[in-house]
Amino acid sequence: MSKSNTILYLDGVSASFDGFRAINNLSLVLDKGEMRAIIGPNGAGKTTMMDIVTGKTRPDEGEVFFDGQVDLTRHDEAEIAMMGIGRKFQKPTVFENHSVEDNLMLALKGPRSIFPALFHRRSAAEARRIDDILGIIRLGDKRDELAANLSHGQKQWLEIGMLLAQDPKLLLVDEPVAGMTDAETEETARLLKDIARDHSVIVVEHDMHFVRELGVKVTCLHEGSVLSEGTLDFVSADERVVEVYLGR
Amino acid sequence: MITQRFFSADRRIAVAVFILLAAAVVVPLLNLAIAPSSALYVPPYIVALVGKYLCYALLALALDLVWGYCGILSLGHGAFFALGGYAMGMYLMRQIGSRGVYGNPILPDFMVFLNYKELPWFWHGFDHFWFAATMVLAVPGLLAFVFGWFAFRSRVTGVYLSIITQAMTYALLLAFFRNDMGFGGNNGLTDFKDILGFNVQADATRSALFAASAVTLALAVLLTAAIVGSKYGKLLMAVRDAESRTRFLGWRAENVKLFAFTVSAIMAGIAGALYVPQVGIINPGEFEPSSSIEVVIWTAVGGRGTIVGPIIGALLVNAGKSWFTGVLPEFWLFALGGLFVAVTLLLPKGIVGMWDSWRGNARATRAASLAAEAGADPEAPKIVRSAARTPGAWSASGAEPQPAE
Repeated sequence: MSKSNTILYLDGVSASFDGFRAINNLSLVLDKGEMRAIIGPNGAGKTTMMDIVTGKTRPDEGEVFFDGQVDLTRHDEAEIAMMGIGRKFQKPTVFENHSVEDNLMLALKGPRSIFPALFHRRSAAEARRIDDILGIIRLGDKRDELAANLSHGQKQWLEIGMLLAQDPKLLLVDEPVAGMTDAETEETARLLKDIARDHSVIVVEHDMHFVRELGVKVTCLHEGSVLSEGTLDFVSADERVVEVYLGR
Repeated sequence: MITQRFFSADRRIAVAVFILLAAAVVVPLLNLAIAPSSALYVPPYIVALVGKYLCYALLALALDLVWGYCGILSLGHGAFFALGGYAMGMYLMRQIGSRGVYGNPILPDFMVFLNYKELPWFWHGFDHFWFAATMVLAVPGLLAFVFGWFAFRSRVTGVYLSIITQAMTYALLLAFFRNDMGFGGNNGLTDFKDILGFNVQADATRSALFAASAVTLALAVLLTAAIVGSKYGKLLMAVRDAESRTRFLGWRAENVKLFAFTVSAIMAGIAGALYVPQVGIINPGEFEPSSSIEVVIWTAVGGRGTIVGPIIGALLVNAGKSWFTGVLPEFWLFALGGLFVAVTLLLPKGIVGMWDSWRGNARATRAASLAAEAGADPEAPKIVRSAARTPGAWSASGAEPQPAE
């Protein structure tokens, strides 16, 4: 398999904790500009895979390459984030004691060292970018609200907005519609499809209805490796997938 | 509404700074320019006592920067205070010159007593005030930088970090107790005569030291408010509330903590340096782990995560201590322990935090009743979520630090 023209390239990756193999010889390739949905039962290794890509967990073996040439196993979370990989957690994680606007301000692309932050003054360009993102995530009227006061769904959107503010090349989005109403789910699908126009995206999701809405290639993980890959119809017709999900 | 809230936290800081600067002028005047028979006369022992409290308040403010705003519970801040104090004490020892009991022009008394033949290398330079003042900043700052660099890079957090800060101050306690460390061992440094050529015992010098403490504290309040109000300050609180989120946004959480920890240690060192000439002694007792824990209590009582809170806490608890140890000396530690339990249970946000949420509720109730009278929607008042974005007022929002994931 050639690494060129891939945004993310995992080959033969394994990781174990206390003897438990969370990821087992996993290979996954994402092309530039592609959006991919990852499904799989609990414990399939979806979150661990994201931990490996974002530098939180080091794999025991295997290759992890970003943008065709960067070996991600040699970098830590902050470096990987600066290279252009953004990550949304399963549980929405925003800065609850800050306003929506300040949450975005801290995420905004720019220097990440202490002294510039001490003497930082908001520029007009930054203010415009924040306005844009507030519009995209539909939180324009909540800009001064504390993040703690947002609804669950709004926190999910704010976190997605923070990813956008980082201006990453690749977004890893873990269960974006968990706990959302149907209307919010549809809205989120539209939002992610918008984002996928100029970013590469990996979405981990349990909600099949939502995955169908996205209409992209699906990878089903099971026990730390790829079980099936293809269109949603293809994957859900795969007998092994049915077996895993229904426990037969 | 938001501007108003900003204004109220800013106003509180402005009032605190104003009171401190006014005290720096008025208290020395009342001590020096008024006849002792007058009712307005402030006796010198009060000047020295309150001056000492102001140093404690600066120490509590320093702790609050890391504990209240970044969630780093340091149980070793007394060590930075004591190191600043020792640096100042060494200068004051060298100023004694040949007026010591043994009359040795170079060696301080305890060195003559311990048969030192010459001045240890690390005592050189301390005969100059500028050198001692530099060391007051550099020694605690450097220790905090090295300690924090290892601790934060290894991602030691929470109670484990608290324990190793405690171990740090305990190790220094044991080291400074040893006579051959060259810092006076058990007895520490004392019998000071002059500071910058002025007699440390003189009323005018005491008043000047008081004024210096008050002005320094006022500057520290402004500095802390500026740090906390900047983008870095928001980042500091973000690291407190969701450290892993900041990492995945590309921030180096360890550097964010390291900067605050170092600044805080330098502030603590300055507090120690102002403290020593006012109390006239520095000994290893200042490294006692229990002293560092007391600082935590002051901060908690006043309200962590607020700027004015730790100052109020330090002043109140120490005034209480002075009074209590006069009336019922053997019960002070019980009272202090009881106070900590009571504050933790009844005033988790401390005095200032309590005041804020009480005021926030009162304002919300008033707004609701006004709205009801006007026949408007009574559930309108969003002000219930009192304060938060303003520096020094987040605690009123009642949100505890949220662990990420």
